Amino acid sequence: MRIWLQQHLASLKATITRLARTPVATLLSALAIGASLALPLGAYVLLENVQRVAEHFNGHPQLTVYMALDASKAHAQKVESHLKLTPAVREFRWVSRETALADMKRTDMGEVLGLLKDNPLPDAFVVDLKTDALSGANQLAEDLKAEAGVAEVQLDTLWIKRLDAMLRAGTVIVVLLATILAFGLAAVTFNTVRMQILQHRDEFEVAKLVGATDAWVRRPFYYQGALLGLLGAVVALGLLAVSSIWLNRELATLGATYAIDLHLALPPVGDLLGVGVFAALLGWLGAHLSVSKHLLSH
Amino acid sequence: MPLISYSQVHKRYSGGFEALRGVTLDIEAGEMLFITGRSGAGKSTLLKLLPVIERPSGGTVMLNGQNVSKLRHAAIPYVRRNLGLVFQDQKLLYDRTVLENVMLPMLVCGHAPREAAKRARAALDKVGLLHKEKLDPAGLSGGEQQCACIARAIVNRPAILIADEPTANLDAQSALNIMEMFRSFNQVGVTVIIASHDEQLVQRFATRSVALDQGRVAA
Repeated sequence: MRIWLQQHLASLKATITRLARTPVATLLSALAIGASLALPLGAYVLLENVQRVAEHFNGHPQLTVYMALDASKAHAQKVESHLKLTPAVREFRWVSRETALADMKRTDMGEVLGLLKDNPLPDAFVVDLKTDALSGANQLAEDLKAEAGVAEVQLDTLWIKRLDAMLRAGTVIVVLLATILAFGLAAVTFNTVRMQILQHRDEFEVAKLVGATDAWVRRPFYYQGALLGLLGAVVALGLLAVSSIWLNRELATLGATYAIDLHLALPPVGDLLGVGVFAALLGWLGAHLSVSKHLLSH
Repeated sequence: MPLISYSQVHKRYSGGFEALRGVTLDIEAGEMLFITGRSGAGKSTLLKLLPVIERPSGGTVMLNGQNVSKLRHAAIPYVRRNLGLVFQDQKLLYDRTVLENVMLPMLVCGHAPREAAKRARAALDKVGLLHKEKLDPAGLSGGEQQCACIARAIVNRPAILIADEPTANLDAQSALNIMEMFRSFNQVGVTVIIASHDEQLVQRFATRSVALDQGRVAA
């Protein structure tokens, strides 16, 4: 175990030395990988922020249950029980016809309502649904409408449906971009490692003649691929950080006109670490393919 | 049981050239054997079968009781670690120092760099090159490069030394020195197998020689 660790440490050290000896080539490779990563990463950050802003404007689908004017208290209690037993309901509140009238009177409609003899407004339940309950919202509306004493159920989901569709399309675009550019990243490391293999062909031949295993030969290249991927991720995150600083100045100005805090937030540290690990794995994969091709051909 | 045993060994290369045609040969532990013959006689091919650089097309090659001709790929490095290989073209790495070249077999076996350096210096001392450990191989003469190659071959203290035309590119004095070195290793129990077409050296140093002619044992 100690020998195995020593060999890995020696291999890692040799790889870092080799990368440091060719700083320009290393930097160019890292930049190429970084650029490949920055695009899907940027799109992902944008998408996350749009979702955050959408939630700020009330991201939950909502429905309103209007009771009939002649509905009894028992009818209202039955509807309330129905809502309490429905898992898709996030929260709901009872708006009595008196409260509704009082609220309405505070608006421009107040004068018109004052002319009326009776209160024309019904009792209502305002129901917030869970975001993931969008697909079942229509069925719930139908079920509530079938309850005795319910006059009308109004489902306010159209704009959320549109936003949801847009976000889903955005997610697909990000996934596609990430997949395509992941191949790009693997190809960059494949090629970089291939060049290294060609440069050090003699070394492998001699090492194998004196008893090196395939694993011993492969190891420094695995580290090289993973380190290049990691460096690429650092470059990508750097590009993203610089871009967000620049963009945030303009967003702050825009947000001020709507009296909201509008800014592009970077993903949490966990996600950033995930990007690093993902890039390192892709680098490793590129190196693995390259070294396997080399070893198999000898 | 002989240390090495070739039995009806054939080797046909992909181009159709038949390098070995039914070679049968036993080599005992502690021998110093010369394989002689003209270029193309099959000397190098015969030697390459032991570290499994080549595999025979037919017959068996037994090394220390193990049939190396059927060895699986992953086991080959472990066979090579017990052999010291000396090549005509030395196969030194020119972007490393002499010391680093000699350390390589130790490092691939998993020894710590400090231990590898210590053993490599001892090996360089044996071949008289310790004072040039920090030089690049390009800074050495042909004879010295061959000495560095020998130091690399003995650093793992192998039981068998295999040398393919080790003196082919050397002047007479350097060739003699190299042969003396092989003889001294043999005298301490190392089995030495040398392929050479230099009749004078063979006559001077051989205790046993086997001549190959067109892939067959001639004498």
